[in-house]
Amino acid sequence: MNQRVRSRDCPLSGNDNLSNEPGYTAASFDQHVMRSTPGAYGVKTVAEFKVEYLRYLDPQGNITGELPAFAKDDAALLKMFAAMLRARIFDTKAINLQRTGKLGTYASCLGQEATHVGVGAATRPEDSVAVVYREIGTMFWRGVRMTDVLLYWGGDERGNDFGGPKHDFPWCVPIATQMLHAAGAAMAFKARKERRCAIGFIGDGGTSEGSFYEAINLAGVKHLPVVFMVVNNKWAISVPIEEQTAARTLAQKAIAAGIPGLQVDGNDVIAVRDATSRALEKARNGGGPTVIETLTYRLSDHTTADDATRYRGVDEVNDAWQVEPLIRLRKLLTARGALDEAQEQAMKAEFTREVEAAAQEYFNTAKQTTDSMFDYLFANPPRQLETQKAIARRYAGTGRPSH
Amino acid sequence: MAQAWELEHDPSVIVLGEDVGRSGGVFRATSGLIERFGSDRVVDTPLAENMIAGMCVGMSAQGMKPVAEIQFMGFIYPAVDQIVNHMSRLRHRTRGRLTCPVVLRMPHGGGIHAPEHHSESVESMLAHIPGLRVVCPSSPGRAYGLLLAAIRDPDPVIFLEPARIYRLVKQEIADDGKALPLDVCYILREGDDVTVVTWGAITVEVLKAAEQLAAQGISAEVIDLTTVSPIDSETILDSVAKTGRLVIVHEAARNCGVGAEIAAIVAEQGLFDLVAPIQRVTGFDTIMPLYRLENDYIPSVPRIVDAVKATMEHP
Repeated sequence: MNQRVRSRDCPLSGNDNLSNEPGYTAASFDQHVMRSTPGAYGVKTVAEFKVEYLRYLDPQGNITGELPAFAKDDAALLKMFAAMLRARIFDTKAINLQRTGKLGTYASCLGQEATHVGVGAATRPEDSVAVVYREIGTMFWRGVRMTDVLLYWGGDERGNDFGGPKHDFPWCVPIATQMLHAAGAAMAFKARKERRCAIGFIGDGGTSEGSFYEAINLAGVKHLPVVFMVVNNKWAISVPIEEQTAARTLAQKAIAAGIPGLQVDGNDVIAVRDATSRALEKARNGGGPTVIETLTYRLSDHTTADDATRYRGVDEVNDAWQVEPLIRLRKLLTARGALDEAQEQAMKAEFTREVEAAAQEYFNTAKQTTDSMFDYLFANPPRQLETQKAIARRYAGTGRPSH
Repeated sequence: MAQAWELEHDPSVIVLGEDVGRSGGVFRATSGLIERFGSDRVVDTPLAENMIAGMCVGMSAQGMKPVAEIQFMGFIYPAVDQIVNHMSRLRHRTRGRLTCPVVLRMPHGGGIHAPEHHSESVESMLAHIPGLRVVCPSSPGRAYGLLLAAIRDPDPVIFLEPARIYRLVKQEIADDGKALPLDVCYILREGDDVTVVTWGAITVEVLKAAEQLAAQGISAEVIDLTTVSPIDSETILDSVAKTGRLVIVHEAARNCGVGAEIAAIVAEQGLFDLVAPIQRVTGFDTIMPLYRLENDYIPSVPRIVDAVKATMEHP
């Protein structure tokens, strides 16, 4: 509670998130409920908070603050630009595969590449990442193969036994549950006194689930080496952020858990990487958890099974395209002479070849046998399953086609 | 349609859930409702299933009739605390003072090429809970009448909507507000040689199997269980008394599945009517596979036909 009320004392709508404006001070109980002058009725301020906002690169590609060291290195920025481009080219291909019946339902990462790549670049291989189902950029950065991702969305569990760090968690479709896994991983690292961190991703909708609050609360109490990445892409399927929460920022939810919460421009890969790196360094050095809210936008449908035109206007999407993450970094790199059109075309060609090869490998991956339904359920499979395994073999292929 | 009818005719009905309003539901089950009844009665909620179930307890205890959607059955687990500890037993705990006339609708089962956790059929978990009705229609027509009955029922009803049926079966339905009775089975096909009890989307395969069996001179009586809990044992026992044989077919895993309860009822009350051991044709005791293998998990027509034939080997 605080006596400094910002100029807008109307109920704060989540739409303010779109403005990417920094800072938030809570309206005071004294003024808004008691309708009195501050200090009357014995009301006094016992806690106050603010939420800070970080951005280095604005949508026009202008630098808005003193850059962190890594961002002064063209090669480092170029590597992140390439990773974002690579994720987007993969994403486009995956959607095309779904549209032509060669892939199942797929959750696009379009528009959120800076958040995903920025986090990936900030992690160390020994850290453990718990993703949701969109963080292609993070997973690719950490060594997950394109074929793995295609296999998963292509209905094959082997995609979850991916080529990235073996201690990373698989895709996580039930909402918010992975936050507790990240907290648990951090608990393990702390118990073993390892200098490792856990990173848990969650979306804006996910922060309404109990698991999110439980995880940040636990992390606060136990002072865990974990960073919670709240990717605020403004839409939880058809529910916009202002109908998801009355909180002006999602970062401020951290305050209730007694841990710091920071908002960053999620389309500014420099800001995302810097904020995440700092939070990870702090956690690694025993400084405890952090919540980072990245403000970005879901330019795609929720998944290929969704049609966002049913519930959101085209103007909003067009506006979001103006502030998407690749444009601004391209401008910066071009201005620095580190990137030109020909170079970008060459990159695109290379990634397209890579994606095509991954798609081929995916097509050529033979379906698992029915035994695979049983072989990974237990370390020591109960003998009762043998009977069922035999039945499954006998009737393999006799079921109806899916559609 | 049933939801629209009840919204129109009962001011205490309110539809809520994730994406039920503006989007009209991920399976379009609430399509057009928000335009017709407004956002006070068709409510998009924040994303939290425990919140949805708990809200339903609160609203229903205070005189509303919430019809809530859980987006997929695989997402019901966070809500189980509220369902089991409160929704199912508030009437009992308060000796009838407070009640929960809630309907929790959710897609059920696989076979639609869906992502992980979107193809669950865990009806036995809910059927095990005292104080809950669990209903699973197998056609749009019965879904309409049964949903009306579920909404009008004074107690909580878990309403499972087989996801395959949303797209597979098209029917013209008279929108006449007529409910169908709960707590009874529906006989879909009469027969003399064997009783086949089933429910949900797999009813489609069972009826196909019955057709093939008829061509081979085997007359199967197909019973759609429909209300999974409580079980209408009378209809099943009467049929078994006539046929002497019982095959139970369900998509859910075998171990402690609802099929086991049906088999136990017949063993207890109809054992001497049986001329052959009871057969169960079910999903396997493993995780529903991702979609490449889902049709090898869901019982196929040949598997059902073979099970029926196995019971026919006993004279």
